[in-house]
Amino acid sequence: MSAAATSRVHVQYDSLERQHDTARLGMWVFLGSESLLFAGLFALYAAYRFAYPVEFHAASAHANLVIGTINTYILLTSSLTMALAIHATRRGRRRETVAFLAATIAFGLGFDVLKIVEYAGHLAEGLAPGDYYAFTALPAHGVVLYVTLYYLLTGLHALHVTGGVCVLVWLALRAQRGDFTPQSHIALELGGLYWHLVDLVWIFLWPLLYLIR
Amino acid sequence: MMTDPRDASSAGGPPPRPDPTAAVEPDYLRAEPGLRSWLTTTDHKRIAIMFLIATTLALMLGGTFALLLRTKLLIPGPGFIEPVTYNRFFTLHGVIMVFMFMVPVIPAVFGNFVLPMMVGAKDLAFPRVNLASFYVYVTGAGFTLWGMVHGGADTGWTFYAPYSTISPTDVAPIAIGVFILGVSSIMTGLNFIATTHMLRRRGLRWHGMPIFVWTMYATSIIQVLATPVLGLSVSLVALDHALHMGIFDPALGGDPVLFEHLFWFYSHPAVYIMILPAMGVIAEIVPTFARKHQFSYNALAYSSLGIAFVGFLTWGHHLFVAGISQFDAAIFGVMSMFVAIFSAIKVFTWIGTLYRGSITFNTPMLYFFAFVYLFAFGGMTGIAVATTSLDVHWHDTYFVIAHFHFIMIGGTLTAFLGAIHYWFPKMFGKMYPERWGLVSAGLVFAGFNLTFVPQFLLGNAGMPRRYYSYPIKYHILNVASSLGAYLLGSALLLTLIYLLVSLRWGKRAPANPWGSRGFEWRTPSPPPVHNFVAPFDPAKGPYDYDQPPPDEVPPVST
Repeated sequence: MSAAATSRVHVQYDSLERQHDTARLGMWVFLGSESLLFAGLFALYAAYRFAYPVEFHAASAHANLVIGTINTYILLTSSLTMALAIHATRRGRRRETVAFLAATIAFGLGFDVLKIVEYAGHLAEGLAPGDYYAFTALPAHGVVLYVTLYYLLTGLHALHVTGGVCVLVWLALRAQRGDFTPQSHIALELGGLYWHLVDLVWIFLWPLLYLIR
Repeated sequence: MMTDPRDASSAGGPPPRPDPTAAVEPDYLRAEPGLRSWLTTTDHKRIAIMFLIATTLALMLGGTFALLLRTKLLIPGPGFIEPVTYNRFFTLHGVIMVFMFMVPVIPAVFGNFVLPMMVGAKDLAFPRVNLASFYVYVTGAGFTLWGMVHGGADTGWTFYAPYSTISPTDVAPIAIGVFILGVSSIMTGLNFIATTHMLRRRGLRWHGMPIFVWTMYATSIIQVLATPVLGLSVSLVALDHALHMGIFDPALGGDPVLFEHLFWFYSHPAVYIMILPAMGVIAEIVPTFARKHQFSYNALAYSSLGIAFVGFLTWGHHLFVAGISQFDAAIFGVMSMFVAIFSAIKVFTWIGTLYRGSITFNTPMLYFFAFVYLFAFGGMTGIAVATTSLDVHWHDTYFVIAHFHFIMIGGTLTAFLGAIHYWFPKMFGKMYPERWGLVSAGLVFAGFNLTFVPQFLLGNAGMPRRYYSYPIKYHILNVASSLGAYLLGSALLLTLIYLLVSLRWGKRAPANPWGSRGFEWRTPSPPPVHNFVAPFDPAKGPYDYDQPPPDEVPPVST
């Protein structure tokens, strides 16, 4: 992830503390950059929703509110287990750390699986993006923009979830190996920050895509 | 995870803490020979050199396309290339020059090399991220070049929808390449922000830093906050082109102008990614060769942040004829003019620094004069095109081409050339031949003006940009412009040749050939691996020409 992923003091730093603070700052800047990536799509959403309020309203009625809501709970809980994993590391409890990380990974994978189920359902109905739109209940004009944005926003978010799961697996392996001590576990903290961003983005997606009906 | 080669020997033991009083380290060029140690280095100076090689190759490639275009335009009618080939060439010229040369060049080469030294650090905050940024750049460039060989693109570097989504050429790989190049740019910006905040030498306050660091900081903010939006918008075009997502397709209710908004939200600030580092270079050159303190340090420092901030609010001036409301157009026009205020503050500050200075006319200084003239001229034509009524006449004509080439080539390229001459002794420990430098600087200036002044006239007379042929009445000016392009190209080639020659046969450079007070000159040339032999005293400022040079400057090692 970054130079500070290992706990050695690198030559350009005075102290480990300074190095960790720098890594945290770098992560926050990266998260700011990530937010702007999503912001572009949110801007598109805002513009098109302003242009097609009725169509967006009608289209969102076909979103799968049940799965969307379950996934919201899953992600929020996974943020909790992530925070608990860091807490356990601070108390020096390695086995607990690994267990909480495993739970977070399981939640992340569960989110992805439900997302795939949701996508499959939509595609079977013909609610597909762009030129592939074949949903007979609603005329394409304007509605297809909601559908395309739905896939773009949730797809980009799901990519982030999947990337996050990969990072979490790596962190869990390192935690298992005993890489993290109560004083030094910056990689875990950074992974946690990233995971919380993924969660936060979903908290915007849920109302914008599922709850606007 | 890659391991830091410098730390490899100490695995398990206590971290190596070089003692400043210990024997002098070998310089960074000779420390670990071999291609492998270069390709896996995390030393910011070596990464800077690798970027210098890569961006120079990009400049040569982009320049070749420019010369081919100008060769075609020597004659009004059909020429030696097909119209669609012409379209491919100007697209590739733009994509290569903007994303592979102009955006990365000064941050990734000179920022990488001198920024850590200017804040007194041994390296950047995240050296491995820095190395990764180089390989990400190479990957992005690879994608772009592959797309270029495979089918090219004929959309122009702006990828305007809806044409870009239906173009028969290979838009997708080139757009993906641009996305990847953007990631590299974000990594550089992130590294510089963290380094400036966290790795300043003890006692070095924000207001004691060289101006170059301020401009790099302002640039980094734009890189980090605007580049993701570019990445998103070109990805949407790539998706649209490859999979027909239709997000900008009017047939499905989409709005192509939204693409322009998203694209220019990055690409206008990107102009400041290109010009702010250039201003930083100039701000280092002027006090050194005028032997004087900056006329107003604060004005220079804060005007950089001002440009970075206002730069985010000006994108709409690219859309004056795209159907935005008159009210929006007026706001964007006025916001664009604010940029001129901050730029003028900088220009007047440099002039103020020159006033009663003890000026040396050598190559970097000559490039400074070229920069001021071309940048001021280009900037003022910028105000002209920011005026909505005038822009309706000039929009998409050669006037706009000439305007932004005055800023990008006249501004950024001359500053790049000034920087390479100014820091050449520090980077390679050799002097470049001053006389050849002066000659080629003069030729660059003459060639540039001969190329682009006729284009102002052509644009004003109504010649549209990106056209393959033109009426006979534009012939003479087009020929003049093409001849200027050949002159400019030859001057750049001359520069490349004598710099390469002096790498080997140049005179040995002392630690501080210019008598600069800058921090990066208080170490041998080329610098040791960890930059300084002994920590410098930041209380003796980088522009403190009232005092004799600090005695920290070590003698030339033999």
